[in-house]
Amino acid sequence: MRRGGSARASETRSGWLFVSPVIIVLGLFLVAPIVIAFWVSVSDWNGRGSPLSSGVSFVGADNYRQLLTEDSLTRSDFATSLRNNFYYVLIVVPIQTVLALALALLLNQRRLKGLSFFRTSYYFPSVTSSVAIASVFLFLFAGGGSVNALLGIFGIDGPQWFADPRGVLHIMLGWVGIGGGADGAGPAALTSRDFLGLTWWDWLSGPSVAMLTIIALVIWVSAGGYMLLFLAGLQNISADVYEAASIDGASRWRTMRSITIPLLRPTLFTVLTLGLIGTWQVFDQVYIMSKGNPGKTTLTPAFLSYDQSINNGQWGSGTAMSFVLFGIIIVFTAIQSLVLRDRDASTRGFFGRLRSQPIAAPPQHPTSTTGPTT
Amino acid sequence: MSQTTLTDRHVGAPDPETPKAAPRPHATRTAILKALGYSALTVFALLYLFPFIIQIGTSFKTDSDATANPLNPIPSNFTTAAYQQLFQQDFGLWFTNSVVVALFVTAGRVFFDSLAGYALARLRFRGRGAVTLAIVVTLAVPGVVLLIPKFLIIKQLGMYDTYSGMILPLVADAAGVFIMKNFFESIPVSLEEAAKLDGAGVFRTFWSVVLPVAKPALITITIIAFQSSWNELPHFLVSRASPETNTLTTGVAGLLTGALGAGNRYPLKLAAAVLMTIPVALMFFVFQKRIISGSLEGAVKE
Repeated sequence: MRRGGSARASETRSGWLFVSPVIIVLGLFLVAPIVIAFWVSVSDWNGRGSPLSSGVSFVGADNYRQLLTEDSLTRSDFATSLRNNFYYVLIVVPIQTVLALALALLLNQRRLKGLSFFRTSYYFPSVTSSVAIASVFLFLFAGGGSVNALLGIFGIDGPQWFADPRGVLHIMLGWVGIGGGADGAGPAALTSRDFLGLTWWDWLSGPSVAMLTIIALVIWVSAGGYMLLFLAGLQNISADVYEAASIDGASRWRTMRSITIPLLRPTLFTVLTLGLIGTWQVFDQVYIMSKGNPGKTTLTPAFLSYDQSINNGQWGSGTAMSFVLFGIIIVFTAIQSLVLRDRDASTRGFFGRLRSQPIAAPPQHPTSTTGPTT
Repeated sequence: MSQTTLTDRHVGAPDPETPKAAPRPHATRTAILKALGYSALTVFALLYLFPFIIQIGTSFKTDSDATANPLNPIPSNFTTAAYQQLFQQDFGLWFTNSVVVALFVTAGRVFFDSLAGYALARLRFRGRGAVTLAIVVTLAVPGVVLLIPKFLIIKQLGMYDTYSGMILPLVADAAGVFIMKNFFESIPVSLEEAAKLDGAGVFRTFWSVVLPVAKPALITITIIAFQSSWNELPHFLVSRASPETNTLTTGVAGLLTGALGAGNRYPLKLAAAVLMTIPVALMFFVFQKRIISGSLEGAVKE
């Protein structure tokens, strides 16, 4: 009986039946965990027994207050992780974006043939396991590794990358006579004041030499992925625009500056935002390569929250860190949707943002390069 | 779904045939630009391929050769000792665990994502809009924030350190649902209507009429699901603990960080990296075009 009046009922039944596995999995392993974790972050659960048992009591915002206002090792560690991640984002996002754009522009040259080989080699790291990539970089940047051997050819004595906690900015400030260099003390004006338990001088360290290796790895891997986004953006620019420019006698450089880059703006925003969101979540590389060492200079909030909960049993502050990180990422997502002014973007998430990326073609050719029109 | 690839679609570029009758100096300039273009591409290709070449070369070296000549990928004494040592450890077990987990996760995602995608695209039922929105919202949750929460729920459900705790949380993903939903929306309804007129039920129609047509999208989902579960690390850090449930990612990560006796044992670590890369690399080279268009799903076609 599937026709007539019962067809509708049957469709409703099948509809719910069809979506139920996905709803159950996402509900159980995505929504419920967030709810439980939020409860843990406002409770005094110490890791023993179930967090839902009766012995666990509500402590309000205590964990958050301790994390952000009370002088403790936890707070200064968290501040350190925020500082480390901040410098990491500050360096990774611009460089990976520029490198991705450069690779895409190189691959978009009409005169050249055999480009798929190059595209494959740039993209390959993106499909490879972070563990495998990290093992290669652990060898490349080892004290007696390939990078130092290469530097040695040019007479440069490379650092012990993974063991070097010196802040790059501290080193550079030392060159111009501010502070005692990386190892010495900072100027009294900066060391006497602190924020979140970390002195102003410590905030100004810059990424450590060890962090640079993780930065190099991530840029190397992710530029290939973002390159694909730029390539798609470039190939969505209508040929007519370029024709008009060449009729007007515009030079290559001029065409690039006045046509290509402006029309790529939507892609650029997408890449920047995905980059911001992704870089605040760095975990794998820290876990595999450094565990936050040396001197806590590669600690990131994602790794610290994991370490604090699972290894130290400080579940309350560990989950509170997760939610503060969540807040940071939400702020960046909000800034992104504000900038893009795409009414869907804020709710559509990662793939949604890819999907909602506007086509960089003039409005009169909205479907010139696209797939099926639905 | 048009599976056009990026290379054969230089829409953004003017017709390459136009400068045919160009004067000589222009031709020289073009040749120079071409040479510059290829050199730049090659420099980057070296930068991207050399680490892999070093990885493979060093995995066939002895420990002392690896540290003595870190820049030379060619072993001075070719040896497969590193690979033999790997299999004396638990590497085989890790590999098996990774295969089992990846197969179940992939099968689950292909089936559940296409079921849900079909329902959201085609079936009219009360609450469809709400379900769609709810799944969309879950896409926005940053994965790394879920680490500790997932640990808590998996413990709570008594699945910690079991295959079910490792597999079940991964068997459905919101992104896959939307890839399937978009695909089903792009195919004509007439096929299903014919099946319905023949009296086929909703599931029959889905299974034997719609799914066979959806092959391109199913392949995309399969690749993404296999690759992401094969490469997954954080989930297996919080869903299991004992050595018997190590996957390749957690096992090799342990190799990299843990103390393994004397020496750095780089060949061993790099051999592990080579072996764990092979399955994904094979898939990448076979389905390359599909992977690239799949990872751009939507960015290319809107």
